[in-house]
Amino acid sequence: MIMAVNSQQIADRQAMEKIINRYPPERRFILAIMQDLQKHLNYLPKEALKMTADHVNAPMTVIFSMATFYKAFSLVPKGRVVLKACDGTACHIKGSNVLIDEIYSCLGIKPGETTADGDFSLETVNCLGACALAPVLVANGKVYPKVTPAALRKIINEYRGQDNDSNTSE
Amino acid sequence: MTQTQVNNPDKRMILVCCGTGCLANGSGPVYEAFCHALEGNDQFEVETFAKATGCNGLCEKGPLVKILPDDITYCHVKEEDVSEIVEQTLLKGELVNRLLYRDPATKQYYRSHHDTNFYKKQHKVALRNIGEIDPTAVQDYLDRDGYRALKKAVKTMTPGEVVEEVLKAGLRGRGGGGFPTGLKWKACASTDDPQRYVICNGDEGDPGAFMDRSILEGDPHTVIEGMIICAYAIGASAGYIYVRDEYDLAVKNLICAIEKAKKCGYLGKNILESDLSFDIEIVRGGGAFVCGEETALINSIQGNVGEPWDKYVFPTEKGLWGHPTVINNVETWANVPVIVNFGAEKFASIGTEGSKGTKVFSLVGKVVNTGLVEVPMGTTLREIIFDIGGGIQNGRKFKAVQTGGPSGGCIPENLLDLPVDFDNLSQAGSMMGSGGLIVMDDRTCMVEVARYYVNFLASESCGKCVPCREGISLLLEILTRICEGKGTMEDLDLLESMSSTIQQAALCALGRTAPNPVLSTLKYFRDEYLEHINNHRCPSGVCKDLTEFYIDPELCTGCGRCRRNCPADAITGEKKKTHVIEISKCIKCGECINNCKFQAVKVK
Repeated sequence: MIMAVNSQQIADRQAMEKIINRYPPERRFILAIMQDLQKHLNYLPKEALKMTADHVNAPMTVIFSMATFYKAFSLVPKGRVVLKACDGTACHIKGSNVLIDEIYSCLGIKPGETTADGDFSLETVNCLGACALAPVLVANGKVYPKVTPAALRKIINEYRGQDNDSNTSE
Repeated sequence: MTQTQVNNPDKRMILVCCGTGCLANGSGPVYEAFCHALEGNDQFEVETFAKATGCNGLCEKGPLVKILPDDITYCHVKEEDVSEIVEQTLLKGELVNRLLYRDPATKQYYRSHHDTNFYKKQHKVALRNIGEIDPTAVQDYLDRDGYRALKKAVKTMTPGEVVEEVLKAGLRGRGGGGFPTGLKWKACASTDDPQRYVICNGDEGDPGAFMDRSILEGDPHTVIEGMIICAYAIGASAGYIYVRDEYDLAVKNLICAIEKAKKCGYLGKNILESDLSFDIEIVRGGGAFVCGEETALINSIQGNVGEPWDKYVFPTEKGLWGHPTVINNVETWANVPVIVNFGAEKFASIGTEGSKGTKVFSLVGKVVNTGLVEVPMGTTLREIIFDIGGGIQNGRKFKAVQTGGPSGGCIPENLLDLPVDFDNLSQAGSMMGSGGLIVMDDRTCMVEVARYYVNFLASESCGKCVPCREGISLLLEILTRICEGKGTMEDLDLLESMSSTIQQAALCALGRTAPNPVLSTLKYFRDEYLEHINNHRCPSGVCKDLTEFYIDPELCTGCGRCRRNCPADAITGEKKKTHVIEISKCIKCGECINNCKFQAVKVK
């Protein structure tokens, strides 16, 4: 088991190095490097920040301030299923706040949070440009148009059902 | 409508809209199904092929499929309809009537989208190619006058003449500020510093606006061409396109377009055998709204946190890495080739005295035809919302239209005949912004809308200056209090005085315009604030703490629609008898009121 974790860590490190080395060691590429790292790992572990800092020869404070300033980055791992509720204006006036409340009552998470079992994360996004389909919910990249509270419960159950081994919390 | 014979063309194109809205509606599989059905099919009399295009604008009816040159438009096309279209239209030359556009008011069917009210009143300049071309094929762009403006500029005009032309056209920045584009160029060109930059601001962050995304996705070459023309005019050697990382398709199409432009010799060294050398690099934004502000955006490109700086000196003098920089928004760039191609006078003949040309709006919210529209400046809000947009959904009542994004304001019904341009909107207490038009009906609470925008701005404030960071948080606190029924009359005064402080003291435009949603709703919808404060009631039934729904027994027909749609099982009643809402179970989601066809569900 420990061996597996270590080899995973090594693999992660190699992958991170590969991503970072695609960019010249200049500060102006910090954002791009971290975006690619985030895409690969789903979040930015401390190791990733350190390696970025070393690569561009900048202090950790600079990297950390970038990682916390830009909305695209997360310093904690995200859930197996990432729910993105669009809260653009069109979605908002068509009831996205109702959906966000419903997600809270179903899963107990607010925007930016992850369920204790690591199954679901909730994020709000500002506009997906699919305003004709408002309110829109995206679950692991799949777009669900005109979501009602009833439809939302179905979607959540659908993704819950995919993983029978771990029972999700109330 | 009878079945009409389709003309016999030499070549047929099936244009499948693959804009964001249509893709989300499933146009990807429709396109693939067409490709599959057409591939190796030798039954056609003429060469027939399918193309994936950018957004056509009428997202409400997506996925859209256009057949050219027959000029047939099909709406809501599903994968399973493809074989019927191939069979009926492409082989037999007959229309599939059920897929044609049907006017919601007149119930009439239309063969071509051009004849519909939605398109008839539009005038496409910035969006001229979108929906007509494959954005990944440079030849498509060239076939529609692409890079002709660049050739004209480089071969027949001096840089100074190009600047003059843009100045004469009266083009104003489409990103929000409305600053004359030609003046920016002129200021930059007249500096002593030989190192100059061109930037495209594609950090479209307004919730409810997606015109820049559509342009970048559907016609990336027009933006690139606009930037190269500017580079020639001001003598820049490098350009940057700052685009939101979330816009995957836009980034992909831009990368592809830049590569192709390089291959064609429009980018790189000695462009069109001239002395002009210019390259463009893409920078993906990190998802911070403030980066739409030009100095914050420049900071972000330089690899810093995206905080703005005070503009004692404009970026046209000291911008990117301290050098003179022209920064324009995506839609602005898309207008540049048109101005150079057809002349400033032609461009300036469209629009109003102070605002020339057209403006793209994303018409969204409670409107029938949700989508992207482009109209001449000076078109009235009523024409946009009711003629083009088809009016309010579900026959409800219009309440307000919000323009200008989070920094804009809400415009009430009595100003619907306002001709839309930069100056009129500012006078009405709102702004043009990037062009979001969010239509609101009587089910939209204006206090909650103000709270929504302020909440957005509070979380997007970069925190650098105190009036913005603390002031907006305070506005949010007060508005939340009012929405929860805990507001007092003193709160209204506090909202006004705090707003005035923020307007005067904040560092950048984000802060200075942040009170607009509060002030415009206070101005036009003060009675709603008073209802919340004095009567603890949300007349629109949105603020949950102040809402109670009930069913009017006089109007209820017992159809059961509300009961079936209630996610909380809070509605009981037998068929054809009056239904009742059980208050203790009600989660106040409003599904009942939204679904009732008899307006029997009401807000207490």
